[in-house]
Amino acid sequence: MLGRLTIDALPLYSGVAMFGAFVTVAGALSVLGLITWMGKWRYLWAEWLTSVDHKRIGIMYVVLALVMLMRGFIDALMMRSQQAIALNSDGYLPPDHFDQIFSSHGTIMVIFMAMPFLTGLINIVVPQQIGARDVAFPFLNSLSFWLTAGGAGLVLVSLVIGKFSTAGWTGYPPYSGIDYNPYVGVDYWVWALVLSGVASTLTGINFIVTILKMRAPGMTLMRMPLLTWTALCASLLMAFAFPALTVAGGMLELDRLFGMHFFTNDAGGNIMMFANLLWIWGHPEVYILILPAFGVFSHVVTTFSGKRLFGYASLVYATVAIMFLSFAVWLHHFFTMGSSANVNAFFGIATMIIAVPTGVKVFDWIFTMYRGRIRFHTAMLFTLGFLVTFVIGGMTGVLLAVPPVDFLMHNTTFLVAHFHNMLIPGALFGYFAGLQFWFPKAFGFRLDERWGNRAFWCWIIGFYLAFMPLYYLGFMGMPRRMEHYNVAEWQPHLIVAAAGAGLILVGIILMIVQLVVSVRRREELRDHTGDPWNGRTLEWLTSSPPAPYNFAVIPEVHGLDAFHDLKERGIAYARPSRYEDIRMPKNTASGLIIGSFAFVFGFAMVWHIWWLAVLSVLAGLVVVVIRGSQDDTEYTMTAREVEVIENARYEQLARAPRPEFDEEQEVIPGAPLRGGVM
Amino acid sequence: MSAATRAAPAAMPADFLDTERRSERALGFWVYLMSDAIIFALVFATYVVLSRNYAGGPTAAELFDLKRTFGETMLLLFSSATFGFATLAMLEGNRARLLVWLALTVFLGAGFVALEIGEFLGMIEAGASPDRSAFLSAFFTLVGLHGLHVSVGLVWIVVLMGQLSIKGLTRPVASRLFRLGLFWHFLDIIWIGIFSVVYLPGVL
Repeated sequence: MLGRLTIDALPLYSGVAMFGAFVTVAGALSVLGLITWMGKWRYLWAEWLTSVDHKRIGIMYVVLALVMLMRGFIDALMMRSQQAIALNSDGYLPPDHFDQIFSSHGTIMVIFMAMPFLTGLINIVVPQQIGARDVAFPFLNSLSFWLTAGGAGLVLVSLVIGKFSTAGWTGYPPYSGIDYNPYVGVDYWVWALVLSGVASTLTGINFIVTILKMRAPGMTLMRMPLLTWTALCASLLMAFAFPALTVAGGMLELDRLFGMHFFTNDAGGNIMMFANLLWIWGHPEVYILILPAFGVFSHVVTTFSGKRLFGYASLVYATVAIMFLSFAVWLHHFFTMGSSANVNAFFGIATMIIAVPTGVKVFDWIFTMYRGRIRFHTAMLFTLGFLVTFVIGGMTGVLLAVPPVDFLMHNTTFLVAHFHNMLIPGALFGYFAGLQFWFPKAFGFRLDERWGNRAFWCWIIGFYLAFMPLYYLGFMGMPRRMEHYNVAEWQPHLIVAAAGAGLILVGIILMIVQLVVSVRRREELRDHTGDPWNGRTLEWLTSSPPAPYNFAVIPEVHGLDAFHDLKERGIAYARPSRYEDIRMPKNTASGLIIGSFAFVFGFAMVWHIWWLAVLSVLAGLVVVVIRGSQDDTEYTMTAREVEVIENARYEQLARAPRPEFDEEQEVIPGAPLRGGVM
Repeated sequence: MSAATRAAPAAMPADFLDTERRSERALGFWVYLMSDAIIFALVFATYVVLSRNYAGGPTAAELFDLKRTFGETMLLLFSSATFGFATLAMLEGNRARLLVWLALTVFLGAGFVALEIGEFLGMIEAGASPDRSAFLSAFFTLVGLHGLHVSVGLVWIVVLMGQLSIKGLTRPVASRLFRLGLFWHFLDIIWIGIFSVVYLPGVL
């Protein structure tokens, strides 16, 4: 009846695991209790859970990402503290538990923190940036979110019921095969990945169509803002790389469920097929994570330098070049597979070539700042921190791209240091910068800068403390993922790394403080105009937070930096003579329901509860058919309703305090901005 | 050919197919098909890598029966043709004929699936089950994945026949039929790949 689900599934094997399960359950219950106590269920259901508004879905994505960031970071803290004390001792984590922690840390940070974070930012910003009222497929957007949430739910449930995978976030067979890993961990990992992978594919399709088909009149491809460009490239990668993850995960699960022999040691299976399939997704995935962050940096640099972007075309070409190259380097993740020297040389050189377009970008950002009036906003600090730190990570990457060097360094902490050095500044700092930058757009008030700056300094110093020692340790030969060790020389470095993780913890706490302080000071920090930073692109034309339809009248675009251009010509806030009816998508619970059935399906497959799996697939199909048969999925906002909202907006604009940067706003393209604030 | 000439656009109003967001939906569906094509491409690649890994079990030459495969191919190709005629009937706005062609498509498609299931069951009975060797794992997965797509397509056709009967040939239904047509013809192309990469080299 319940498959292999028994009372033994509870984490009674370790006190730490029990505590983790307790925190998860208590956290979930207290959130549910809080909502009930505040009587917000109806509001939450009607305005958020069933919403198909891209801005709301984007906010839900970011919230999911931040929750999962906490979970993934606690994993990191546990690993760092374990390794700091585990010289000639067992530390406080048993090996089986330690292995679950590094597996869930990687899986969560890549799939359930970074992916939702960037998808959320893209969701909030890109439709506004291209002058659209929503994405091309609002319902599909909601479905993608709920499938992602279902996958994240599986990872969280594994903490309480059963165990998570111990096979690392890449889950290489044969260790992840049924012979070596008969319990549920790998199954949790596969189904969580497959659910969110399908969601990402759908998101990719959605944004490809949105960006290609729904741009405001006049916005040619070469007038698209950089975030839109990077989102387009990331979406193409999502649509065409994620299928590889689905295939790899599906085949591994076929091996595990039906005794097939794709990746087994015996009966003709080929283990390296898995590595190839996984990294055909995995390497483009790195660029899915990083390209949108590059887009964020481009906007932050231009806005806070008061200049237009240096070398717009070269940044676009560099982005597209990286997108194509990202499909030609996957083998550098396993140079030691035993391919011929020529194959390794090809992939090594292809890998080094990626440094060229990336270098172009770095120079573009530096030259954008050159002779600009730089405002050191928190988002700008994260950008500067990224520029310096990312270059170091890039250079260690070029080092690892040399196959003979890789033979020495692979599977050491050098590699761990390298990819954290790419993804923390390159991706996470970008998302943080985006969060600081677009927060007022989403919520109507700015985030407190003092606390934000403090958090930044903890993050950047903590980062260097945590990861520079790992480079040394890699040179000293320390393998990654060690639960305990007996080399005394390693320990001081590991203690420094643990201290770095502690400092990052302070950074995270300060970010929470920043949020609380900002909410309490929200009237002071209110963004009345919708344009708090003297922005240059169309998302700053809307009010903060924007009306459901974003733009009452779709703006016309005459060049790059469309909003800046409108302000220059003095017509940014011109009142239209009349409004028209606007067609808007209706809210629907279908996405939430399908996502829930997908979660139940995943859970049933993990525990071999076959009847439940079949039932949830059938139920999901029924919902798909019902939704697919609905013709009337939109409603009309009348011109009168639009006018009421817009009149309120213009009243607010009239009352708005004059922004500081309005004085002497005279911008010669490419030249430094006079006036402005430091 | 007479059907083609009868499909003159004059038979329907000019904006007949222009439901809201039709062009977005068409592009989105094309991108989905390309994404699905990547899935098939990777499963094809896996099959090619593993196709000689018999592990002492039955080989492709022993298992494949080109006569049956020929039958499957004919059923599927003709189902694509009948779907083409269904599309022509739709363009004419002739709902009754459209339903007949769709029913014929379901009949042929179901025949294909039945033959395939028969083939699979026969192989499993003969000891050539998917857990016997890597070759068989890859074979069952690739061909089965295509069969699964065809089965989903069949359900989809039936659902749209239901919509046609209840709602009539409305713009949204016509727009859905167009995308279903893309899907159905796409599966034909995949099958030709399977015939040329799996069955033909297997017996040659």
